[in-house]
Amino acid sequence: MTRHTPEQFRALFDPRAVLVAGASTHPGKFGFVALHNILSCGYQGGIYATNRDGAAVLGIATARDVAELPDGEIDLAFVCTPAGANPELLKACAAKGITAAFIASAGYGEAGDEGRRAQDELVALAEELGILLAGPNGQGVVSTPAQLCAQIVGPYPPRGRIGVASQSGNLVSAFQNYAGQTGVGISRAVSAGNAAAVAVPDFLEYFATDPETAVALAYIEGVAVGEGRAVYERLRQVSERLPVVLVKGGRSADGQRAAASHTGSLASDDRVFDGMARQAGVQRAATVEQAFDVAATFATQPLPQGNRVAVVTTAGGWGVATADALSQTSLQLAALPDDLRAAIDEHLPPRWSRNNPIDLAGGETRDTVPAVLDLVAGHSEIDAVIFLGIGIQSNEAKLMRRGRFYPDHGLERIVAYHERQDARFAQAAIEASDRTGKPVLVATELAVASPDNPAVATMREAGRLCHASANRAVAALDHLWQRSRWLQRRGLPLG
Amino acid sequence: MPTLSEAGSKELLGGFGVPFPAEHVVTTAADAVVAAEAVGYPVVVKLGGDGIAHKTERGLVRLNLSAADAVREAAEALLAAATPEDGEVHLLVAPMLRATRELIAGLHRDEQFGTTVMLGVGGILAEAVADVAFRLVPITRTDAEEMIDDLATQALLGEFRGEPAVDRDAVADVLLGLSQAATERPDVASADLNPLLIVDGRPIAVDALVELELEPS
Repeated sequence: MTRHTPEQFRALFDPRAVLVAGASTHPGKFGFVALHNILSCGYQGGIYATNRDGAAVLGIATARDVAELPDGEIDLAFVCTPAGANPELLKACAAKGITAAFIASAGYGEAGDEGRRAQDELVALAEELGILLAGPNGQGVVSTPAQLCAQIVGPYPPRGRIGVASQSGNLVSAFQNYAGQTGVGISRAVSAGNAAAVAVPDFLEYFATDPETAVALAYIEGVAVGEGRAVYERLRQVSERLPVVLVKGGRSADGQRAAASHTGSLASDDRVFDGMARQAGVQRAATVEQAFDVAATFATQPLPQGNRVAVVTTAGGWGVATADALSQTSLQLAALPDDLRAAIDEHLPPRWSRNNPIDLAGGETRDTVPAVLDLVAGHSEIDAVIFLGIGIQSNEAKLMRRGRFYPDHGLERIVAYHERQDARFAQAAIEASDRTGKPVLVATELAVASPDNPAVATMREAGRLCHASANRAVAALDHLWQRSRWLQRRGLPLG
Repeated sequence: MPTLSEAGSKELLGGFGVPFPAEHVVTTAADAVVAAEAVGYPVVVKLGGDGIAHKTERGLVRLNLSAADAVREAAEALLAAATPEDGEVHLLVAPMLRATRELIAGLHRDEQFGTTVMLGVGGILAEAVADVAFRLVPITRTDAEEMIDDLATQALLGEFRGEPAVDRDAVADVLLGLSQAATERPDVASADLNPLLIVDGRPIAVDALVELELEPS
């Protein structure tokens, strides 16, 4: 299989103009939805469409035939026509200078021997024509720098720095949904479909060269037969350049096998895959939501230099639970340095925990949270901070705002104060991280339970991840540390 | 696939730096006694041969023999237990090593990713516990160190019941030796070091089994 050129990937992710082949007037058909989504998400390039009857779709005049379209202007064809029509279509596209095609059409490798033959023929044809062939049977491609949403389903995610490549279109949507929920956005997202010519590792290699992408996030179900070694080498090279977060489906399908050797009987597919991923420096996530958490943390936090973690909390229980979670990872709950304890004493009444977790015990006043976060994150014996208990004041403010006494009895003033404080605390966490170059993670269940909480909203609007729980923050930070250590042990820069 | 005898397996892997106890290959009960006197009691005596792979299951391993009579008796019984299918056989006489900690290490050719090297927690529960780490060969020393870190049962690797902590460099050497064996001998289809005992903190393999593939792939 020939490798694709950067120009072809640019045609896919940053096309000058797009053609929707097989645009439909029926709003339930993919050929309608794809055109709708391209027209609706801000894409600034030229938009063309073909329709069998030449009928206007969504106010766009369509062509009956690709031959009627302008020469040398269109880079990407989004193909919704039936499989049988596609060979002729690709030839016509190539004649117009199109160098990338996303094939949404089904009826290929997923549809038995005949479909597989049609797929192989289409791949060979595309290669001959110099067209990068994405799909077939895929959901589409999203590229936020180009405001391009060439997909047959929603959503369109916020812009960001995570590049998504997935063997399942459905999980592309899931990652895009998480991006919308958290505000940690996506640069490119592509469903590999049947991955006939371009597979997930090809997209990851492109992401490693893409200035818009800082983290690669991938879902795969397996590696094509005979390509294991090559995939390993390619993943390792990508990992040297940017974090790769991977979630693999099909773990449970994996059986222990009978083998003559003990080593062989222990060598389940999943354990070998896991070792391969670790060796390649790939961060393998346990679940889909963890994969997004980890990618979003890579996208928004610097890597820790070490594994000594300070937990700063305004609420005792979460602090203890976080210490417990840390003990299950390669991270350490840092021993609180004496000089740091003394420095914090200057800012808090004596009832604070005087230990790590640093439980402020309600001693926080207007300025103490930013001051303590700065002291802790700035200390040379602390590598990362997890900040908990944010949003509590605004949660009460929400109740006050909705209650029947608002705005009287001084409620208007106190509600505004609480909300300002939480926004300020979130801002302080962001600034402490920026100032010290260390990860400062914020976690609260309010990220999910009350997304309009000012603490949560401040994080989201800043494009930072507000972790949905302390455990999830710990799991993500553990992955950051694992990558940091992988890079350090190999003499590679932390980036 | 043909297997090498224990002695042949040890010779092959020993050539890549895998540590084994000094042991003697003899063919008579009388020579087994001479060998036992040389290595020092207690000893273990095993029946070996290219056709013999699963010695324990067949009762071809006699442990903890602490006197000449016991060695002679065991050696005679083992030689008598050989069947015509076993082909040419011999006796292995080795010091009886005692260890509270056992690891397992080996090579396995994976259909998808090619030859892999493994380290795991050993002993009779090894397969049930399955605390193992794999890497694709060849590995670097860093990869080997990370395999040791990957094991969940880290408490086993520290100071343990009055014994020193496991010498991680020496374990990494074993893994690097296995990796090198796989690279330089592409006909090696699999290898087991089971158990890889931890004696005074250092790894030493008391059994080895190498499978060869006649046509290297």
